[in-house]
Amino acid sequence: MAEAAILEVSGLRKEFGELVAVDDVSFSLAESGSLAIVGESGSGKTTTARMIVGLERPTAGTVVSCGRDRSQPARSTKERRRRGREVQIVFQDPYTSLDPRQSADEAVDEVVKLHQDLPAEQRRARVQELTELVGLDTREARALPRELSGGQRQRVAIARALAAMPRVLILDEAVAALDVSIQAQVLNLLADIRDQTGVSYVLISHDLAVVRQLTDDTLVMHKGRVVERGPTAQILDDPQVDYTKQLRASVPRPGWKPPARAGRTTGER
Amino acid sequence: MATPAPLLEVEGLSVRLEVEGVRRPVLRDVSLSLDRGEALGLVGESGSGKSMTARAIDRLLPAGAEVTGTVRFEGTDVGALSGTALRRYRGRVAMVFQDPRAHVNPVRRIGDFMTEALRMNQGISVRDAERRAVEMLGEVGIANGARRLRQYPHELSGGLLQRVMIATALLTEPALLLADEPTTALDVTTQADVMAILDALRREFDLALVFITHDLDLAAAVCDRTAVMYAGQIVEIHASSRLHDDPLHPYTAALAAARPDITRTARRLQAIAGRPLSSFEAPADECAFAPRCGYAQTACRERLPELVRLNGGVSRCVRAHELRSMLGRARG
Repeated sequence: MAEAAILEVSGLRKEFGELVAVDDVSFSLAESGSLAIVGESGSGKTTTARMIVGLERPTAGTVVSCGRDRSQPARSTKERRRRGREVQIVFQDPYTSLDPRQSADEAVDEVVKLHQDLPAEQRRARVQELTELVGLDTREARALPRELSGGQRQRVAIARALAAMPRVLILDEAVAALDVSIQAQVLNLLADIRDQTGVSYVLISHDLAVVRQLTDDTLVMHKGRVVERGPTAQILDDPQVDYTKQLRASVPRPGWKPPARAGRTTGER
Repeated sequence: MATPAPLLEVEGLSVRLEVEGVRRPVLRDVSLSLDRGEALGLVGESGSGKSMTARAIDRLLPAGAEVTGTVRFEGTDVGALSGTALRRYRGRVAMVFQDPRAHVNPVRRIGDFMTEALRMNQGISVRDAERRAVEMLGEVGIANGARRLRQYPHELSGGLLQRVMIATALLTEPALLLADEPTTALDVTTQADVMAILDALRREFDLALVFITHDLDLAAAVCDRTAVMYAGQIVEIHASSRLHDDPLHPYTAALAAARPDITRTARRLQAIAGRPLSSFEAPADECAFAPRCGYAQTACRERLPELVRLNGGVSRCVRAHELRSMLGRARG
């Protein structure tokens, strides 16, 4: 375990009635580190992310960011804002996570205002710095969400998350819906931001090529449990567990033929 | 013996749609042909026109669409079909969509949905139609077909429902399946299953396939040839096996290079500057990709490039010949 862990998750569990969505998930993330959580729908990866941010309350286990526990609901506004400065999340769909009546710079400004007590001029400069960091030009920064493309909207969502100056940014399928040429721009941008700010990433993704590009370490989740973990390169080049091998073999690549899987004709749901 | 006519021939297909009160092009001079049993990938980013092409082929364009050019299926002009003939055509050319849940009635049982076309258009009895539906469910790997027919869509997972959609599409014994991102919403292992099933069925039923996807690797893996679209035009058609090592158009090469590689971490991805252009934003008299293209020259902005034949494929690039050896190497 790294000593300077910025995020420490241990024994995390979430039950929804009878269903155990997340079962005993533990990991630690170092400053400037990047961890991927991969798995398919129902694997519990998004529920894990939501518990880390505080959108779901764990049934058991703890989440500690910057040395402070955040597994229980915040008891004051001050505490909630402090947590917001520690961990932020960007969702897959930039269409539903932005206020349609708020321009890009207003959306960013709102978060800056909340987290930093700055005089008007410095605040404007900070908003401009953030929109420039994510590669929005001045016209785009003044545009409403509907006037922006999906990639531009996702950059607004990233700028907004960064406005809180978080130590950890959770990217929940944040590049999945983007066109390939835009996805490459956003992935490069995320790498630059990490170099510049030292932010740590938790990437929730089903896309193993994106995982390879952005993360150092990987957790593979299946049915709520971590089935394999290790350095990303090692997990993808030499998977040990059958489930990881199957995931890896399902990724199309030149010369790939869809592997026929046993048990396809069973009465699965 | 004379060469048999292609199953599907699309020639100079252009479509314009009214967007915010103005008629705008969505497809620009699309031509392609498909033989019986052949699989063609149709790859492109948002707004490239790939879905519109499939809709135009199946005569499913929105009302008020202005269409020029021709679509011929088994030698018949599809644009001239109406009534019974059009319904019969849609049985021969079936379509599967990205989101199966958006294309079924959630309060009707799977059986109703699957047998509707057979009962309504072909006058087949409920019992016979259901028997055929159960058989076809078996073909796509779904056991207990009779039980499935009594279930509602919400009782099935996305992957299972998509297999139901494929089985339904095949019930009318089509010669051509238009599959529009049929696996995009599915998990990667489920995608592999569905692709394996499509691949097997295609061979078994001598079914031609137009497979629409944003995933160049997926298209290349399952299709004989791949057409790459940009801004409402086809910019390249090439054998899928050559697409990666011998791309004929700079956009194809750029698309392949921009995608992260699962086998290695790039220091930086070779992103394509700017954003994909929709067909209705594209200039009418110059190369639509030129503003984002690393190889663009003055000539690219002087006229609309024609499709040129090259190494068994076609490319809509004025510099296609001179760039050829460079594009394949450009991929990092």
